[in-house]
Amino acid sequence: MSINWFKYSSPQAFYPLAGKMIPWFSWLAVLFAIAGLIISFAVAPTDFQQGEAYRIIFVHVPAAWMSMVIYIAMAFWAGLGLALNARLSAMMAQALAPTGAMFTFLALVTGSFWGKPMWGTYWVWDARLTSELILLFLFIGFMALQAAIDDPRRADRAGALLALVGVVNVPIIYFSVKWWSTLHQGSSINMGAAPKMAATMLQGMLLMALAFWMYTIAIALMRVRSIMLERERNSDWVKSLSAPLSLKGDA
Amino acid sequence: MNSAWFTVLKRDLLLAFRRRSDIATTLFFFVIVSSLFPLGIGSDSAILSTIAPGVLWVAALLAGMISLARMFAADYADGSLEQMLLSPQPLSLLVSAKILAHWLVCGLPVVLLAPLIGLQYALPNEAIGILVVSLLIGTPALSLIGAIGAALTLGVRGSGLLVALLVLPLYIPVLIFGALAVSASQHGMTPQAHLSLLGAISLLALVLAPLATAAALRISVE
Repeated sequence: MSINWFKYSSPQAFYPLAGKMIPWFSWLAVLFAIAGLIISFAVAPTDFQQGEAYRIIFVHVPAAWMSMVIYIAMAFWAGLGLALNARLSAMMAQALAPTGAMFTFLALVTGSFWGKPMWGTYWVWDARLTSELILLFLFIGFMALQAAIDDPRRADRAGALLALVGVVNVPIIYFSVKWWSTLHQGSSINMGAAPKMAATMLQGMLLMALAFWMYTIAIALMRVRSIMLERERNSDWVKSLSAPLSLKGDA
Repeated sequence: MNSAWFTVLKRDLLLAFRRRSDIATTLFFFVIVSSLFPLGIGSDSAILSTIAPGVLWVAALLAGMISLARMFAADYADGSLEQMLLSPQPLSLLVSAKILAHWLVCGLPVVLLAPLIGLQYALPNEAIGILVVSLLIGTPALSLIGAIGAALTLGVRGSGLLVALLVLPLYIPVLIFGALAVSASQHGMTPQAHLSLLGAISLLALVLAPLATAAALRISVE
């Protein structure tokens, strides 16, 4: 039996499938978040060095992971869209970008909240913080380029090329920033030397990461459905979707 | 193949020479931006020589960036870019000639002027030498990476600001190694490692950027 991989690559076929998947991923996100928050706030022990303030890492670390995962996923879909000329892939890339920027921003904000009690300052030009900031710039550049181009086909392809150029650059940027920060500040702050985590802390963090994954999938599917409707508004299948609604409106 | 490359290079240089004020604009932008910092910070030569590597590199970055819009815009407007796309020569080759012309017109003058600004910032002679070398190695990467941004934003509304948003984050490694090379020589360390990395970035950009720029031009013009 051969599977037709491309069956759901047309917006028309994917729209109802995405609609069916959204509740599942949303509920999984809620469940994982509840379990993760219970473990993070009630079960995980207080850190003997960092006190209660360390608990922000249950949001911070998964958000930072997601920001990077989403950038790679976005570049993957964008590259696929460019290579195969698949509309849906490009739409997925476009749908992922705002969520990626949101998680990057979240990681930066929670990182600075963690930095205030730990380092005594909201912002340190640490390698990880700085490269996360640059990642935010890359997300914003991608969204700004797509928003500035009116023709959606050109916007998709230009954005895809930019995302691919970004992916090539991310490791270079990361290592240059890392080297730069080790040369500029002594070893006063060393995030690598954090004490070993208790197993419950790791569990809480992994559950929160799973919750963020599920949330990302759910929200990206919701957004891609809106993008599909907007882009294909003149096609028959979208018109047939909206027909019953407009009849109701008339009555 | 080579003759087409030289023709494009010669044509772009000739066009730039006929509009000499454009070259001067970039150059004076560099001078003005780097002259603003002492006015904002004060004339303490110890502070100035500390910030000089970073400030001069950022000024060079910005000067290279504001001139990016000109790289393809005129050719796009009068249709000669389309002819280049249709020509049997590989587009990335023709693009590399245009990028070289852009660097010769906008990058090289900044490199040559940098020692003068370095003197204003009380940089020691040795550091000025390293500044020139680092700019000489690093600014081609700026033109190469910038070409991708210029090609992507061709004919897009607000392209001047947009290109800054796209290109400046990608310039960060060049800025870091360029400025580090100069400050290393100020502190009596060898700048060789930074210069080598800068050269590596330029070489990598030389291989990949013309291809990416050609792809971006095809997307923008089609």
